[in-house]
Amino acid sequence: MIDSPSVSYTGLSPVLFVLGAALVGVLVEAFVPRAYRWGVQLGVALAGTLGALISVILIAGRNELTLSRAVAVDGPALFIEGTLALLGVLSLLLLAERSPDMGGSAFVAQAAVPVGTVRDRQLATQTYSQTEVFPLATFALAGMMIFAASNNLLVMFVALEVLSLPLYLMAGLARRRRLLSQEAALKYFLLGAFTSAFFLYGLALLYGYAGTVDLRGIFDQAAGSEKSDALFVIGLAFLVVGLLFKAGVAPFHAWTPDVYQGAPTSVTAFMASCTKVAAFGAIIRVLYVGFGNNDWTWRPVLYGVAIVTLVVGSVLALTQTDVKRMLAYSSIAHAGFILTGTIANSPAGLSSTLFYLLTYGLTTVGAFAVVMLVRDADGEAGHLSQWAGLAKRSPLVAAVFSLFLLALAGIPLTSGFTGKFVVFRAGLEAGAAPLVVIALVASAIAAFFYLRVIVLMYFSEPAADGPTVAVPGLLTTISLAIATAATVLLGVAPGAVLDLADRAALFVG
Amino acid sequence: MSTLLLVTLLLPLVGGGVVAALPTGRQALAKQLTLGISLVVLVLTLVLAVRFDPGGERFQYTSSYSWIESFGVSFALGVDGIAVVLIALIGVLVPIVVAASWNEEPPGKRSMQVFFAWLLVLETMMIGVFAATDIFLFYVFFEVMLVPMYFLIGSFGGPRRQYAAVKFFLYSLFGGLIMLASVIGLYVVSNNQLGQGTFAFADLLALEIDSTTQRWLFLGFFIAFAIKAPLVPFHTWLPDAGAEAPIGGSVLLVGVLDKVGTFGFLRYCLPLFPDASKFFAPLALVLSVVGIIYGALLAMGQSDMKRLVAYTSIAHFGFIGLGVFAFTSQAGTGAVLYMVNHGISTGALFLIVGILIDRGGSRLIGDYGGLAKIAPVLGGAFLIAALSSLALPGTNSFVSEFLVLLGSYTTQPVFAIIGTAGVILAALYILLMYQRTMHGPPNPRLAKVRDLDKRELAVLGPLIALIIVLGVYPKPILDIITPAVEATMSDLGVTDPVPTVADAEATRD
Repeated sequence: MIDSPSVSYTGLSPVLFVLGAALVGVLVEAFVPRAYRWGVQLGVALAGTLGALISVILIAGRNELTLSRAVAVDGPALFIEGTLALLGVLSLLLLAERSPDMGGSAFVAQAAVPVGTVRDRQLATQTYSQTEVFPLATFALAGMMIFAASNNLLVMFVALEVLSLPLYLMAGLARRRRLLSQEAALKYFLLGAFTSAFFLYGLALLYGYAGTVDLRGIFDQAAGSEKSDALFVIGLAFLVVGLLFKAGVAPFHAWTPDVYQGAPTSVTAFMASCTKVAAFGAIIRVLYVGFGNNDWTWRPVLYGVAIVTLVVGSVLALTQTDVKRMLAYSSIAHAGFILTGTIANSPAGLSSTLFYLLTYGLTTVGAFAVVMLVRDADGEAGHLSQWAGLAKRSPLVAAVFSLFLLALAGIPLTSGFTGKFVVFRAGLEAGAAPLVVIALVASAIAAFFYLRVIVLMYFSEPAADGPTVAVPGLLTTISLAIATAATVLLGVAPGAVLDLADRAALFVG
Repeated sequence: MSTLLLVTLLLPLVGGGVVAALPTGRQALAKQLTLGISLVVLVLTLVLAVRFDPGGERFQYTSSYSWIESFGVSFALGVDGIAVVLIALIGVLVPIVVAASWNEEPPGKRSMQVFFAWLLVLETMMIGVFAATDIFLFYVFFEVMLVPMYFLIGSFGGPRRQYAAVKFFLYSLFGGLIMLASVIGLYVVSNNQLGQGTFAFADLLALEIDSTTQRWLFLGFFIAFAIKAPLVPFHTWLPDAGAEAPIGGSVLLVGVLDKVGTFGFLRYCLPLFPDASKFFAPLALVLSVVGIIYGALLAMGQSDMKRLVAYTSIAHFGFIGLGVFAFTSQAGTGAVLYMVNHGISTGALFLIVGILIDRGGSRLIGDYGGLAKIAPVLGGAFLIAALSSLALPGTNSFVSEFLVLLGSYTTQPVFAIIGTAGVILAALYILLMYQRTMHGPPNPRLAKVRDLDKRELAVLGPLIALIIVLGVYPKPILDIITPAVEATMSDLGVTDPVPTVADAEATRD
């Protein structure tokens, strides 16, 4: 007979809040009358994520392994869960935004209706909309939280699927430009399924090597073992491929620009910020907890991967003409910056990664929120040429977007600079000076395409038939205000949050 | 703790915020307010300079506030003799620039209110970069300083302003990022040696850095400052930025911003990395001397007056570089005095060229001629500024140029002799421009050009007075500079060679 494992409900409370919100959301979708659904769904989802955020704050400092050592409740897990809950709140506010689009929602009511049919045209003109995006988002968020907290590769795999499946669906929900959105969803699904298989195969090989899927167990088995390293190394390689794919790291980045461009922008904001946070949370846990004593197997590889990612992200971003694709390539470059800290395999590496994820996530949500606002008759004005002279039409939106761009470029007094500083410091302390120099050159290259947008907005004359800037609704305004404040605050006075990341930088077990 | 410096630093920033917040359409009030604030700052900087005790502590008016504790960063201010005269130079130049830009017509329908707001923000950044005694804080000012200048050039500059603004920003940012690597490197070294990382200049001075590390760290700082100064071959952004910036922007760009580079050599490169400085001194000297000759030759070939003045500055920065890297206190003192004098004489030259362009509507030398007859006061002012630029005895620049050549001859006779050839070339390019615009057959198109009005006299008067006063009696400034330069030379561990002639005389008796 198998004893039921002990469950620390307190330690799991952040996850339980979000998961609970997701389940309630399904029931709401089924039983609440359509007229009230939007409000109730938003309320439930926000209650879940805010509840998670508050419970993270209340249980900060806990250190335990629960559910038979399957899930960790420790500094990094709670920091990531808190970050995800915060970014989740901001993203949900964007997902719920209805005012910019005359259709009443950025999401198609019946995603299964083929594009170009009579029904499709009817849908485009109706104000009728669905709200299933809320439970989908909260399910994904719960999956992300477990993903970054699992101390057991099998649980991590389940979490990976829980977070991925809703995202595949959400990517295909765009109300406008539906073909692009459906293509994005399919591409994301196919490549995602492929890498899930990689992850699973790596897991199997590691189980063959260590006889356990527990990260600490693998760590202990690998210490002073006489066994051949073949299974160990190949297994780790497959595992890492699966993780790097989710994090959008080159050479596994190919899906990023297409999916970011095709998905509804609010979903892109959610994916770009939360998925990246969760994926790096998982990467750093696997590498540090499971393979920290064998960093000769992964450090040189990630060193190279980081360089490729930095170069690919910053150079390809130069050639982009669509603002969402540009931000997608920028997110690839940022993955490279994060890796610069991650490869340090030290407490500084861990705390810098955590801090960077928070700053990057907040700025990214803000940047995509601005993209949602700049619209013309066909929906969002994605092409950069349409952004010319934006500062004349709406100085405030242009100023806020410039702030986010400067933060992404890493100009001092913005959060992006503090983040870059900590990861570069961790990298240098670990003796990765060449990588840091390459990362600095990449930031200089990246600065060019961020600046180009500022040049367009401020120094160019507006196009005659340029886009209008929608007045942000209350929800977007709240989201933007929080992201803006955080971007400035974490640049000017990052002390408290840096301390928090430092104190959180200890894995349990 | 002294708050005088802090007040001087923050006043323009606050003022800039107020000017930006004024309702649009209150242009006149914005101008008056800006002028008033910059005059108050002028008084404050003069008080700082007058009350500075040359025989006292190296750093005075110090104050320090903890900023980011986990990095060991403090908001630490303080000035030595070098910084205090450069801050006074800023104090003098900003009100002059405000008065000179009084009636400027910005391109497009842009508001001059924004121009003045950025100008005041820039003043804070410029003061901060000289007043910081914490290297992290210095770096922050060094980078953030780019933003207001970027908008000044990009929004209010000439026809190719977008190109010039981006080029300026990227060159400086690239150098800054390379410097960031060295800044973090210094922190890591201090962390290893002191047990706790620090950015405080005084603590970093006490480090014993091995010579290989010194060389790498030196290069990071050197490249950043060589781009900023600029030394050949990092100079190509200056003619573009100098020519396309609005006149007020050009004055501050060339007069003050570029001094950050040469100031950085003296403040950071020499004291922190003495061995590396000696190792790389030949390289720096070659670049400086090449700059003197190359800048002068290119200046002679220019047909655009603003570009010509920008190129003369490259030659002048060569002299400053020669003075800094000759490693004698005489040459060092000369170099610092040169920075001040160059700010005054090139500032005057840019302003006069700006007035000429305003009258004649063209930047080309060939479009002018015989103006001295039509506008004698303008011609006279031009002549004095020109003579100061070529360092005629009796003008301010003569003192500094002579000190540099005299001081460098004792240690680097070859470079000093080549540099002296630059003096002759300077006479050529400046007098040719003067002759072509002011003498010869008057251009009939310019027959009705009016002479300087009262506002322009008020703008140029103080600078011309300074050119003559400092040419005759530079002692007050030299008294402040000399102890600071001597302290730098003792950090570097060099003593001035004893003049051999004196020995000969002593033995003769």
